[in-house]
Amino acid sequence: MKQLECIIKPFKLDDVRAALCELGITGLTAFEVKGFGRQKGRTARYRGSEMDIGFIPKIYLKMVVKDGDVEKTIKVIKEAARTGEIGDGKIFISSIDDAIRIRTGERGEAAL
Amino acid sequence: MNITEIAKSVDIIWVLVSAFLVFFMQAGFAMVATGFTRAKNAANIMMKSLMDFCVGSIAYWAVGFGIMFGADKLGLFGTNGWFLSTANPSNPDGLWQFAFWMFQVVFAATAATIVAGAMAERAKFSAYLIYSFFISLIIYPVVGHWIWGGGWLSNLGFVDFAGSTVVHSVGGWASLIGASVLGARLGKYDKDGKSNAIPGHNIPLATLGVFILWFGWFGFNPGSTLTGLNGSIATIAVTTNLAAAAGAIAALIVVWLQFRKPDPSMTLNGALAGLVSVTAPCACISPLSAVIIGAIGGVLVVYAVEFFDKVLHVDDPVGAISVHGVCGTWGTLSVGLFAQTAYGEASGVGAINGLFFGGGLHQFLTQLVGVVSVFAWVGVMAFTLFYTLKKTIGLRVSPQEEIEGLDLGEHDLASYPDFQQTTIKSYHLREM
Repeated sequence: MKQLECIIKPFKLDDVRAALCELGITGLTAFEVKGFGRQKGRTARYRGSEMDIGFIPKIYLKMVVKDGDVEKTIKVIKEAARTGEIGDGKIFISSIDDAIRIRTGERGEAAL
Repeated sequence: MNITEIAKSVDIIWVLVSAFLVFFMQAGFAMVATGFTRAKNAANIMMKSLMDFCVGSIAYWAVGFGIMFGADKLGLFGTNGWFLSTANPSNPDGLWQFAFWMFQVVFAATAATIVAGAMAERAKFSAYLIYSFFISLIIYPVVGHWIWGGGWLSNLGFVDFAGSTVVHSVGGWASLIGASVLGARLGKYDKDGKSNAIPGHNIPLATLGVFILWFGWFGFNPGSTLTGLNGSIATIAVTTNLAAAAGAIAALIVVWLQFRKPDPSMTLNGALAGLVSVTAPCACISPLSAVIIGAIGGVLVVYAVEFFDKVLHVDDPVGAISVHGVCGTWGTLSVGLFAQTAYGEASGVGAINGLFFGGGLHQFLTQLVGVVSVFAWVGVMAFTLFYTLKKTIGLRVSPQEEIEGLDLGEHDLASYPDFQQTTIKSYHLREM
């Protein structure tokens, strides 16, 4: 099992969710977060003065998928979240030791 | 000071106080529109509400007032009084004209700002500014001339005391055309035509807005006597208040029975529906008739909102088309049904009886002529205006800007910095 953590543009959330549902994902958790990447935020103007916006709103997604599903999940997210502009986000992948479905007690990939 | 001068002063004071109350309705409309829409567009709605009054004031001063109240040409439009040039500041009549203009400009602005709510969350700011200029410059003043400025409808005996048609239907039908030409908000309708709810972000603000509007209506209707010397302003205040109360109660009952919950946003629309409905007949009906007219308005608004949303698929985030267009029409027609001579004569509307009080169908048919012709005028003019805007500078923001919010895209700020949670859609606090 792998955990996929993705940072995406907020307005791409619906597209990513729809694409993942089409793929048959079994669950997804979304967080509204703020952060910055290589651009270090952006500037805006407020009453004529420049204002640094150090943290830009992003959506943080977490999902755990079967080992065999990792590549196609990544492909779907990459396609759905991409605009080609700066700030499209990143995907981080890590291993998951175990999973438990609380209601039934199932473990491992069966619990996903 | 002789008694005539004192009487004139009383009129000026009453009309100005009423004008100031009606001015405050701008705040009411702004609060309703932002309360019923999402937080990411709040600053944009504030800017539209502020600027339609500013742009409209200038346009109405320069041209609109002249078209509405200038010397009549063919019963269709006025032809002088541009830039308030006929008002002489050194005589009583000229001073009265200033008070009268102040009262009329806030009415013009009311018609203009109704549309902001219907086109909220996707209309381009620049296009909206141009729209508000033209509605105050020509679309509204021509209707005003027909009905209040000595034009053909007033000669026909058409009665619209405070503007169910002149103000509300004009705003409502312009909303219908604007929202149709603009198209629905992203995510409002699925491909198969299913309508999705997009809940507003602040029901307390929307409620405050409705209270402000209700308050302002005590200037809107009783002020339309244009004189403080007529005690009928008391009757009119009563009919106005009763219709609003009955409208809210009727809408509440309908939504409660239909959707099993006393839905706040629809009940708020019900109060406004009652107010809009009673605006035309308020000076020529009994309190009981006001309750009936308001209640019917409250029922109508619920079904009208469903009709425009689910049948016609016109996306109107605040229900402006139903509240102002549909109930404005109903209120205008109701004059032909409920008018009573005793009330009409006292307030100066005249000796008319509606169908239910032995007057026959004549008044009702006159009202119908007015309703249909105003619909046609506003329909054609608003369509021309919005369609031209769509094909030239564009009427709508980009999809990305719409999803991120017009506050960011148009104004580069957030209305509630560091407080906003808007992207993840979860409408219900409980798990369903």
